[in-house]
Amino acid sequence: MNGAAMGKSSAHSVAEPSAGARRLAGAIVVAYALVTMIPLVWILLTGFKTPPDSISYPPKVVFEPSLEGYVNLFTNRSRQTPEYMASLPPPETWYDRLVRSRNMVITGPSRFADRYVNSVIIGFGSTFLAVFLGTLTAYAFSRFRVPLQDDLLFFILSTRMMPPIAVAIPIFLMFRELGLSDTHLGMILLYTAVNMSLSVWLLKGFMDEIPREYEEAAMVDGYTRLQAFFKVVLPQATTGIAATAIFCLIFAWNEYAFALLLTSGEAQTAPPFIPIIIGEGGLDWPAVAAGTTLFLLPVFVFTVVLRSHLLRGITFGAVRK
Amino acid sequence: MAEIGVRNLQKRFGEFVAVRESSFTIHGGEFFVMLGPSGCGKTTTLRMIAGLELPTSGQILIDGDDVTPLRASRRDVAFMFQLFALYPHMNVHDNIAFPLKCRGVPRRERRRRVEETAALLRIDHFLHRRVSGLAGGDRQRVALGRAIVRRPKAFLMDEPLGALDAEFRELMCGELRTLHERLHATTLYVTHDQLEAMSMADRIIVMNHGVIEQVGAPREIYDRPRTMFVADFIGSPPMSFLRFEGAVQAGQSSIAIGGAAVAVPALRESRPHGPLALGVRPERVRFSDASALRGAVFGTEYLGTTQIVTVETDHGQLRARVPSRERVVPGENVGIECAPERLVVFDTQSGHALDSDLYRGGVHG
Repeated sequence: MNGAAMGKSSAHSVAEPSAGARRLAGAIVVAYALVTMIPLVWILLTGFKTPPDSISYPPKVVFEPSLEGYVNLFTNRSRQTPEYMASLPPPETWYDRLVRSRNMVITGPSRFADRYVNSVIIGFGSTFLAVFLGTLTAYAFSRFRVPLQDDLLFFILSTRMMPPIAVAIPIFLMFRELGLSDTHLGMILLYTAVNMSLSVWLLKGFMDEIPREYEEAAMVDGYTRLQAFFKVVLPQATTGIAATAIFCLIFAWNEYAFALLLTSGEAQTAPPFIPIIIGEGGLDWPAVAAGTTLFLLPVFVFTVVLRSHLLRGITFGAVRK
Repeated sequence: MAEIGVRNLQKRFGEFVAVRESSFTIHGGEFFVMLGPSGCGKTTTLRMIAGLELPTSGQILIDGDDVTPLRASRRDVAFMFQLFALYPHMNVHDNIAFPLKCRGVPRRERRRRVEETAALLRIDHFLHRRVSGLAGGDRQRVALGRAIVRRPKAFLMDEPLGALDAEFRELMCGELRTLHERLHATTLYVTHDQLEAMSMADRIIVMNHGVIEQVGAPREIYDRPRTMFVADFIGSPPMSFLRFEGAVQAGQSSIAIGGAAVAVPALRESRPHGPLALGVRPERVRFSDASALRGAVFGTEYLGTTQIVTVETDHGQLRARVPSRERVVPGENVGIECAPERLVVFDTQSGHALDSDLYRGGVHG
């Protein structure tokens, strides 16, 4: 305890950067942040452009905003003759009016909402499973003398030593045999398996940092080990669990290759769907941008909510409690 | 107020033997201190009694019942850790109430007992603070509160004062002892600090390399060390050893060290010619020109009313605690006179003290 306190105070007096250096560092960070934000801002803006504006050259930075991209994202439409358009009763809603101004009528909802719901089910489902199993596994590795512990941990990590897509063909065949192709369960299991190594390794670091004395105290005070785990260890591991959950969710949410290969109808997630939203004469860029914007939101919110935990998560091991 | 019995307790970690065939009994209501250098097996023994570690062989009895196979929660003991192990996600009240909650004590009763305990420890004014903001001594009191709140059969404490500053440590030593006088609960306390052990214990067990060296009251451990390890570990500065070769006979009450005769408590054991050592406590030494046992002053350490003088003799270094007003010059040749009633003769091969009148209660005071 004393050592930690001393370490902290000496870090402050010796390694404290000067005001000038801090300002320079701040400027660099802000500049870098702005550069990385450009594509995001462009996507956000494109979502509110009309299709002609979105492909005009030179690109328009100032334009009249339109919700056409979002309407197109959520609907299927068909072009009609002017005579047919004239024969229709007046439009009932703002989006009807918008679509008809392009000489089209809405024929039904698009499949975007379904894809989005699939993404939520598969992304959050696999994240929950990976974190839950990872927590138990990490606890066991951290606290018990597991035979071949180091080899097992290495084996778990080795699943990430090649890009997951390298095993796409075997998994494709396996899923077909087992009837898991194009199912929610199949995708949840797959993403959980891929995330387990990250989850176990990250969480083991956090578990190692929680002193054993806490559970031991709880066990002497009258709890079984399992009760002590849930009542005493878990509340203190929340930081690690939150950080791990973010990393797992980001992977499962953004995963593209497996989703493209293994899903087509029922269980297709949003990533393979969004880039192929076709409008008249090619890709419907405002709709693609609108879909991307909406797709970014959950991870964005999730990350902001758990932001303080994430920072600790990235620097785990480097910072003593 | 339980009696704790330890019978032939042994613990191995692979090849390493942490605790070797230990047996001892802690009487009900006793403040029992396990003392020894780090790695001597005292914490392992404590953890086995608590049920946090399974013994390799041997038995643990609480009030005569064999609890060896029982898990920690069913032994009804409380454990205090060196780093307190207060739950950081709970406030002071919830920390103290935790053991009661584990055992399903109803909320109202919990509150009553937490308040009672807090009043006893004088921490009732910050029951709703978070534990992370507390100072060391206050954390210590909360940890103590969590231990005593459910009135367990025994308290097991693993260096509970080790993480505190020196001044807090002294204060808490006093508080722990006062609390013990009030509760009279069986307490097993582990420390490597002989001052803590001496000032609090009813009885002390000294351990080294997994072996029990001696069990006894603080006074007995200090005055009648059974082994050279105990003699050297206890006391500041520790006992000095004058090494010599010789043979001794039972009944002999004087030994010859390099031609000088030194009076000792009458021996009750004989030894053929071999390496021996005379153990002398620093405060039992006087300088006297008449003595045949001589040495050169090596250095002095001034401590206020007394000073520690290190004397280099032909038989090894000897330290003497003498009044500060005595003038001692380094290099000076001095005669050494030892008060005979507390001298110990050791067999340096086994490290054990030779039996003498000293150990039969023949010498008091």
